[in-house]
Amino acid sequence: MSERNASSSGTPGAGGTGGVGGFRDRLLGRVKLSGWLALAAPLLAVLFAALITSVVLLIAGSSPLDAFDALAQYGTQPRTMAVILNSATMYYISALAVAIGFRMNLFNIGVDGQYRLAAVVAAGVGGAALLPGVLNILLVLVVAVLVGALWAGIAGLLKVKRGVSEVIATIMLNAIATGLASWLMSNHFGVLNGNELATRPIPADSQMPGMALISGTPQLVNGFLVVAIILGIAYYVLLNRTRFGFELRATGMSEPAAVASGIGVKRMIVTTMVLSGAVAGLAGMPELLGESHKYSNNFPSGLGFDGIAIALLGRNNPVGMALGALLWSFLSNSSNSLQMLNISKETADIMKGVTVLSVIIAYELVHRYRIVAEQRRAGQETAAAPAAEGAAA
Amino acid sequence: MRQRPRFPGPHAYDLVCHRPPRYSSRRGPAISTATVTAPAVELTGITKRFPGVVANRDIQLRVTKGQIHAIVGENGAGKSTLMKILYGMQRPDEGEIRVEGKPVAFHTPADAIAAGIGMVHQHFMLADNLTVLENVILGSEPRRAGVAVDFRAARRKIKEISDAYGLGIRPDVPVEELGVGDRQRVEILKVLYRGARILILDEPTAVLVPHEVDELFENLRGLVREGLTILFISHKLDEVLRVADAITVIRRGTTVASVDPKDMTARRLAELMVGSELPSPETRESTVTDTVVLSVRDLTVGGVDGRAIVEGVGFDIHKGEVLGIAGVEGNGQAELVEALMGIRPCTTGSLMLDGKDISGWSTLKRREGGIGYIPEDRHRHGLLLEAPLWENRILGHQTRRPNVKGPWIDRSGARADTRRIAEDYDVRTPGIDTAAAALSGGNQQKLIVGREMSGDPVLLIASHPTRGVDVGAQAAIWDHLRNARANGLAVLLISADLDELIGLSDSLKVILRGRIVADVDPANVTPEQLGSAMTGAGEAAAQ
Repeated sequence: MSERNASSSGTPGAGGTGGVGGFRDRLLGRVKLSGWLALAAPLLAVLFAALITSVVLLIAGSSPLDAFDALAQYGTQPRTMAVILNSATMYYISALAVAIGFRMNLFNIGVDGQYRLAAVVAAGVGGAALLPGVLNILLVLVVAVLVGALWAGIAGLLKVKRGVSEVIATIMLNAIATGLASWLMSNHFGVLNGNELATRPIPADSQMPGMALISGTPQLVNGFLVVAIILGIAYYVLLNRTRFGFELRATGMSEPAAVASGIGVKRMIVTTMVLSGAVAGLAGMPELLGESHKYSNNFPSGLGFDGIAIALLGRNNPVGMALGALLWSFLSNSSNSLQMLNISKETADIMKGVTVLSVIIAYELVHRYRIVAEQRRAGQETAAAPAAEGAAA
Repeated sequence: MRQRPRFPGPHAYDLVCHRPPRYSSRRGPAISTATVTAPAVELTGITKRFPGVVANRDIQLRVTKGQIHAIVGENGAGKSTLMKILYGMQRPDEGEIRVEGKPVAFHTPADAIAAGIGMVHQHFMLADNLTVLENVILGSEPRRAGVAVDFRAARRKIKEISDAYGLGIRPDVPVEELGVGDRQRVEILKVLYRGARILILDEPTAVLVPHEVDELFENLRGLVREGLTILFISHKLDEVLRVADAITVIRRGTTVASVDPKDMTARRLAELMVGSELPSPETRESTVTDTVVLSVRDLTVGGVDGRAIVEGVGFDIHKGEVLGIAGVEGNGQAELVEALMGIRPCTTGSLMLDGKDISGWSTLKRREGGIGYIPEDRHRHGLLLEAPLWENRILGHQTRRPNVKGPWIDRSGARADTRRIAEDYDVRTPGIDTAAAALSGGNQQKLIVGREMSGDPVLLIASHPTRGVDVGAQAAIWDHLRNARANGLAVLLISADLDELIGLSDSLKVILRGRIVADVDPANVTPEQLGSAMTGAGEAAAQ
C-alpha cells in the first residue's frame, strides 16, 4: 500500500531513506528543525568549523589560540565593528536576492552579474545628476532595481519559454554582464581620471548619509543598513504572510502540487526571477550611494557569490542570513589582522569555506538524526498497533 | 538442476512454431519438477515500515530456481518496495532473505549484484550516445594492464552472452539507434554481464508494443531454459498468466496468495489482487437529479507522440450523482482527470460546468468555479509534505476565504478552519502545526477530502480516493462522499477498487485505451463482469 508513500516523499534524488524531503530540501531550509535540534545544528557547525580551522592553522605552523585571540581583538574594536556592519549590509542584500530564488527551487547564480550591471547603469545615471538631492537617490535606486530585474528576467523567460536551466542561463548572463558593463564604462558612463576609468561621482547632495552608530570611532555606519533591515523584514512578510509568498513556497516545495492547486508555475518562475534580480540590483547600492559614490575598477566584486554562501549559511532564514552576513563580513575584513601574526590572509578564506561546509554538514547530520529517530518512533508505533493495518488483509 | 530441458521431447514444436499455441503447453514440465529444487530466493517475514505506514508486512515469497515467478498487485500494493528490498536499495526492518539457501543482508545494490541478483528497471538507464558495448561495460570495464579498457574481451563476452541466451545483440551500435525492445534486451544483457543469475524485471512490458512483448517473453523463456530465475513484476494479468510459472499476489503490503497460473483465470487473479473482504461501499437510494453539473463532449487529449491518450470521451454528471469510471490502470483515466482540471495541455472538446463553458479556464478558475479535486497521488499533487497542516489547508484554495484576505494570508482564519476539518473529518494529528508528512496515509487523505469539501464544490473529482488508506479511513471517506452526494454534489469517481466503484456509483462507464467502451449499470453488475469489461473481453456481455 505504500511504495508510493515511500518513494515520492522527496524530490527526485532524495535517496532511499524514506525520510521527508531530499538533501536539497534540507540544504535550502525548506525542512524546518524544531525544538533543541534547531539549536544543536548551528552550535555543532561552529564547533566543527573551529576544529577544522585549528587543524589548518596547526599544519601551517601557527597557534590556533593566538589566531582566534587576534580575531577576537580585531572584531571588538569600534572602527572594525563599523566596517564589518558596512560590508555585511551588502552581503545581506545579495543573500536575500539569492534566497528568494532558493525558496522556489530556482538557483539564481546570476546575482553577481545583476548587481554589477545594475551598479554601472545606476552610477552612470546618478552621476549625470538629472534630478536634485534625494530625488536623485530615488532615481538611482529605481534604475538599479529595474536593471537587476530585467537582467534576471531574461533567465526567467528563457526557462519558461525554452526550458533553459536558470543555472546555465544566469552563469552565461554573468559573463555577458561583465562585457556589457565594460562596454558601457568605456563608451558611455566612464570618465578617464588619471589612470582610473570611473563614472562621474554622484553629487554630494544625493549621497546616502552615514550614521554615527558606534561610539569611539569616526567611521560612520552606512545608511543603507536601515534599508537592508527593511528588506529583511519585507522578505519575511512577503514569503510568510502573503498569498504570493505562499504560492512561491508551495511551488518550491512541490511543483506538481502547485500545478494541481492552480498556481501558475511559469508566471511564478518569471516573477520570482525578476524579484530576485530586483533585490540583487540593490546589493551594490550601499557602496555606490554611501561609500565610493562612483563605479570604478575598485567596486566590490563577487558579491553575488558571497550571497549564495550566506544564503546557505543562513538557511534562507532572514535572521540566519543576517548572522551569516555578519560572520562573513567579519572573516573577510579580519584577514589583515591575521597577517600581523604572520598568518597568510588566505586563511580567512579557508575559514569562510570551512564554515559553509560545516553548516551544511551539521544541519545534514541533525536532519538525518531526526529522520532516523522519527522512523524508529514510527516503527515502534506501527509495530505496537498493527491491528489497523492488519484488518485489511 | 534445470527444470526445463533445452529440447523437451513432447514440446519440441514450441521451438519451431511461433506464437499462440505455445504458452498453453509450455508449463507442464516446469511445474512438475519445481518441488525438488532449492528456492533461488526465499523471503520470510519481511516487514518494512516508513513513518506512519507499513510498506511491507510479513512478506512470504519462495521463488523456485529456473522459473519465471510473477509478482502481481495493484499500484501501491508494495511490489516496488519489496523489489527494492531484494535489490538492496532498502533494508527490511524485520525478516530474512535467503538466496540459494544462504541468508544474506544487502546494504547496497552492489551487494545484491555480488549475490547474483540483477534488476532491469522499468525506465531504461542507458546513455544514448554510447554504443551498446560501452553501455554494457560502463561501471565494470574489463581492464588490460590495469589501465586500458579491454574492449576485445568485453566484446567477446557480450557476444557469448548474447548467443547463449539468443538476445541478438549487436555490440557496436549506438544505443540511440535502437528501438525500445532492443534497449530492453541491452538492459537485460547489462545485468547478465555482471553475473546475475536472478533477474528482477519491474513492469517490463509497460513500454512495449504487443509484438515486442512477444519477443520479450521469448527471451525470458530462453533465459529460464538456461537455468536463470526471473522475478516478473506486473499488474497486467493476461501477460502474467501467459508467461509465469508461478504467481505471488501482493495486496496492501503483504503476500496474500501463491498460486499456480494453470488453475487461474484473469478474473480470479483480479479478485485476489483487489480483495473482497473490504467494508461495503454500498449506496442504493438514488439521489440523482435532472440538473446536469458537468457535461463533457468529445474530449480528446493528445500525447507526446501525437497519439491520442483520451479520445472522444463524453458524459454528463448530474447533481447528486456519482459517475464511476472503471478501467485498467493506464487506459487514460489520469489524463482524463488532468484534462478536466485544466492541468493537461493539448486538450480539445467541450467542457460545461453548470452551463458555463470552462474549457478555456485555468486550473485556478476551475477550482474557484466549484470543482473539488482529490488527486490520484496525494503526495505529489495533493500535499506539501514538509509544510504544516494549516498551510496544506490553503493549498488549492489560496484565493478564497477563510485562507486569505486580499493579498494577505489569513493565518488565524486558515488555522481555525484546519482545526475544524481535523475535528469534522477525524484527522488524527498532534496538532495543526504538524508537517503533513508525519501523518499516516489515511489521515492525510481525510485532510484532503475535508479540504476539498470545504470549498463548497458543485463537482468533486475523486481519483482513487481510498487508495493506500486503512480500512477505518476508507469507511469514513466513503461516508463523506455519500453524504455530499445526498446534499447534491456531483462526483466523478475513478478507482481501481471494483467494489468501491460498484458500491458508490450511480452509473458506471468503462474506459479502455482512452475510449469509453461500455456503460454499465452498477445495480446489476458483479466485479467479475466489470473486470472482464475493463479488459475489453466482455464488452458485449456488459452492454
